[in-house]
Amino acid sequence: MDSYNAPESTPSASSRPEDYFIGATPLQKRLESVRKQSSFIPTPPRRKIPQCSQLQEDVDPQKVALLLHKQWTLYSLTPLYKFSYSNLKEYSRLLNAFIVAEKQKGLAVEVGEDFNIKVIFSTLLGMKGTQRDPEAFLVQGLILSPRLEYSGTILVDCNLCLLGSSDPSTLAFQVAGTAGACHHTRIVSKSQLPSENREGKVLWTGWFCCIFGDSLLETVSEDFTCLPLFLANGAESNTAIIGTWFQKTFDCYFSPLAINAFNLSWMAAMWTACKMDHYVATTEFLWSVPCSPQSLDISFAIHPEDAKALWDSVHKTPGEVTQEEVDLFMDCLYSHFHRHFKIHLSATRLVRVSTSVASAHTDGKIKILCHKYLIGVLAYLTELAIFQIE
Amino acid sequence: MSPQKRFKNVQAQNRTSQGSSSFQTTLSAWKVKQDPSNSKNISKHGQNNPVGDYEHADDQAEEDALQMAVGYFEKGPIKASQNKDKTLEKHLKTVENVAWKNGLASEEIDILLNIALSGKFGNAVNTRILKCIIPATVISEDSVVKAVSWLCVGKCSGSTKVLFYRWLVAMFDFIDRKEQINLLYGFFFASLQDDALCPYVCHLLYLLTKKENVKPFRVRKLLDLQAKMIYFKNSENLWKTALLAVKQRNRGPSPEPLKLMLGPANVRPLKRKWNSLSVIPVLNSSSYTKECGKKEMSLSDCLNRSGSFPLEQLQSFPQLLQNIHCLELPSQMGSVLNNSLLLHYINCVRDEPVLLRFYYWLSQTLQEECIWYKVNNYEHGKEFTNFLDTIIRAECFLQEGFYSCEAFLYKSLPLWDGLCCRSQFLQLVSWIPFSSFSEVKPLLFDHLAQLFFTSTIYFKCSVLQSLKELLQNWLLWLSMDIHMKPVTNSPLETTLGGSMNSVSKLIHYVGWLSTTAMRLESNSTFLLHFILDFYEKVCDIYINYNLPLVVLFPPGIFYSALLSLDTSILNQLCFIMHRYRKNLTAAKKNELVQKTKSEFNFSSKTYQEFNHYLTSMVGCLWTSKPFGKGIYVDPEILEKTGVAEYKNSLNVVHHPSFLSYAVSFLLQESPEERTVNVSSIRGKKWSWYLDYLFSQGLQGLKLFIRSSVHHPFPEQRA
Repeated sequence: MDSYNAPESTPSASSRPEDYFIGATPLQKRLESVRKQSSFIPTPPRRKIPQCSQLQEDVDPQKVALLLHKQWTLYSLTPLYKFSYSNLKEYSRLLNAFIVAEKQKGLAVEVGEDFNIKVIFSTLLGMKGTQRDPEAFLVQGLILSPRLEYSGTILVDCNLCLLGSSDPSTLAFQVAGTAGACHHTRIVSKSQLPSENREGKVLWTGWFCCIFGDSLLETVSEDFTCLPLFLANGAESNTAIIGTWFQKTFDCYFSPLAINAFNLSWMAAMWTACKMDHYVATTEFLWSVPCSPQSLDISFAIHPEDAKALWDSVHKTPGEVTQEEVDLFMDCLYSHFHRHFKIHLSATRLVRVSTSVASAHTDGKIKILCHKYLIGVLAYLTELAIFQIE
Repeated sequence: MSPQKRFKNVQAQNRTSQGSSSFQTTLSAWKVKQDPSNSKNISKHGQNNPVGDYEHADDQAEEDALQMAVGYFEKGPIKASQNKDKTLEKHLKTVENVAWKNGLASEEIDILLNIALSGKFGNAVNTRILKCIIPATVISEDSVVKAVSWLCVGKCSGSTKVLFYRWLVAMFDFIDRKEQINLLYGFFFASLQDDALCPYVCHLLYLLTKKENVKPFRVRKLLDLQAKMIYFKNSENLWKTALLAVKQRNRGPSPEPLKLMLGPANVRPLKRKWNSLSVIPVLNSSSYTKECGKKEMSLSDCLNRSGSFPLEQLQSFPQLLQNIHCLELPSQMGSVLNNSLLLHYINCVRDEPVLLRFYYWLSQTLQEECIWYKVNNYEHGKEFTNFLDTIIRAECFLQEGFYSCEAFLYKSLPLWDGLCCRSQFLQLVSWIPFSSFSEVKPLLFDHLAQLFFTSTIYFKCSVLQSLKELLQNWLLWLSMDIHMKPVTNSPLETTLGGSMNSVSKLIHYVGWLSTTAMRLESNSTFLLHFILDFYEKVCDIYINYNLPLVVLFPPGIFYSALLSLDTSILNQLCFIMHRYRKNLTAAKKNELVQKTKSEFNFSSKTYQEFNHYLTSMVGCLWTSKPFGKGIYVDPEILEKTGVAEYKNSLNVVHHPSFLSYAVSFLLQESPEERTVNVSSIRGKKWSWYLDYLFSQGLQGLKLFIRSSVHHPFPEQRA
């Protein structure tokens, strides 16, 4: 409201706004940071292009393999109260007991009585952005009962078919046609073979991490462990039980982390900017047009090298991505599409981005493909999670 | 009374009245009244007696039927009777109805327990009886001991025994004494042999065990059992709603809002995706977490947890005070929202982790539950409204806003449509903790202003109402803060000047909103009432809250009120002017007494402004010189209007809002007169007329004239 001008205040006392918060309590400081966040653009206008991290080298490659090529559902998580890394064994014992108790209640899970999972906690050493970041840890749910043949969960593996144009100098694109179907994303539904089933099969995995979480670490005391990003793979009912236990035990709060279109385009730009030795997947965008009776999905696939070439042409500041560059990058794609199909993509909603580095869906699903940029991808997700919990 | 004492009194009054008023006077609640449940409420108030009588008669009939039923059971089944089943069914129904509705007296429980376990009736009947043994208040220990003795006789079936143990566990807290029952410890312990009973007996022993009951042989037995089984079976769920009702009955009419005690856990039928049943977690003490920290926990550690006070035992305020140093905190801090005792604790504790846990929980829950913040899930609107109501009740109870709510407002206000949960949302605004106005303005008030200007007059009034409450909350907070300066860790370490500056900015902001709103709503009287209500708070800051601040209203408001056609508006204006005068005089006096030039001497501008308003007012209403000093209107323009006697056209007789009073005054004087001449009111008649006005309830006018005008020749001074 520009027209409003406070008249000269009556008691013309000294104080300026800066004098207000001298000895503020931590809560007061937190409110301050919320204020700052709310009053400015939610995300900083520039970020670093993901780089290969030194710390990441220490991570057990077997464990990293567990994290890649899997679809994860994202959650943000408030700091854990009185969590201790020395008690992981004890925690898995308690969590197992909790799961047994929950299943006895007959709530939440629809699967058979014999179905039981045993959880194991383990740390993901080295999975951090800076030395200050707390250690990430992994919780795996293993099948106990050998009688279980097939759990009923269909693991949906999204295999993106490569639509690479044979001619690298032009951008290849495809439109998935009308009414609902997206022809160029083949979703292969692979049910696991019973033969794979044996005792110790991992059925549910979840991990907690904090990559470059400085902004959060500064505001909490040592009673809390900040692992703002939680990723889960497996039946949601299991996530619910395990999450509930964490909430009860460490007084934390899980909330689903959705990724809006704005952040998806940032991801598209940052991941396209990553240097790759060889590309494993095509760069693909999916837009959704809300129209009745069925929504229309538009898929736009580009050869990764073409995408990189486009990025290089808009990219100016070395090592960094700026808001203008992201906008420009997306605008180029839009105008290219418009030239051919007379459709303004900017009027639709971006719902998915897939690149050779990783793919992300607006519902808060992510799949990381490239080992090298794992930390970089997680750093941005951590940032989004922190934004949600602040 | 000394002035100092008076201030305190007024504050205390405000404080007590506030809790209720913030719920009752919210304008936006008016809309809610249209829904059927509320209208029923109103009608109930209207015809209180008939309804009450009906209920009374019903109660009596019920009581008789219950007596008959209990008598019937006591006699035992009559073999010969033909419609035996029918009678039995009827009596059972009666007992069940009464039990679930009001609970049973301890004598009735005694009889029914006896019947259920003696095996006089069949198993099905025993089960039904046991299920409905719900105490009205307490269960006598003797009944329980008698019942246990029946168990030894072997008259009842295994399932009845199980049900009895479940009942005993569920009702344990309502048994009046436990010494005798504890003497039966050995008996209960022996019952562990029975596999069916074992889980429930375990739970009972858990409730019953005292230090002296712990013996090595028992510990060995329990360790054996532990290998087999770890968990208590839940005994309570059969009686969950009944238990809550009994708890509430036993607590009696407490000054604390009852709803706070009654967790919404079971009112919420919707199964939530994750968080089981309720938004607000259930209260559990955190011993779980704490013991996770220890490497090994031995059984004796478990039993001798003497150091801390478990939450489950916390029942009263004195208990809280006695154990405040060793209180076991809940494992999920959010659960305090349902517990008024712990809200007290939260309120006074300065422990950062406690507050931070609560802050995180509340912020996240608000974000997740908010029906317009993330996705539009309007079907959960009712739940969200209830949740907000719970929060507001807690804030009213504590007389303090939560920071999480403020942060939530920052995020969600820009997306708010102004309709959803309006009443609750605006109440959240009124509980924003005191802070620097200029910092909050761009985040909150600017968004609110956009809605304010584009919404209906009712919305405008609601906003003004909640801003009035906000001002009041800030003033109360500041006045307390000044008196309790020694608290070093107060949330805001501000200078008094800074605080006053912030308050005055808020007042000026509301002034600006009001002036614009008056223009938009073409000087609506309804709106003006709400605006003047706000200024009724503003004018009394110096005296009521002992804070050095006097801010006058903007001319747009003053003249609108002065020229209003509504008498009550004018009366309110007079009252406000009277209070301004009192406050300014008090301030002046204080300045003179202290002599020293304090930081908070009001500028002469304030006095000038007030005098200007006063001159206009007295000129209009009293001396009939309306357009000389205060409002200046060019005489030529006045000529053009063609009003012959414009000079006295705004005095207490001719002012449009007083004219009807003048006429009825004259008619009262001489009822047979066919024509009235209001100009005849002068001299002695003038003072009679004034007395007449005062007798009509125009107290504001009376106070104003008494304080600002000197009979019979009016002059003005301030």
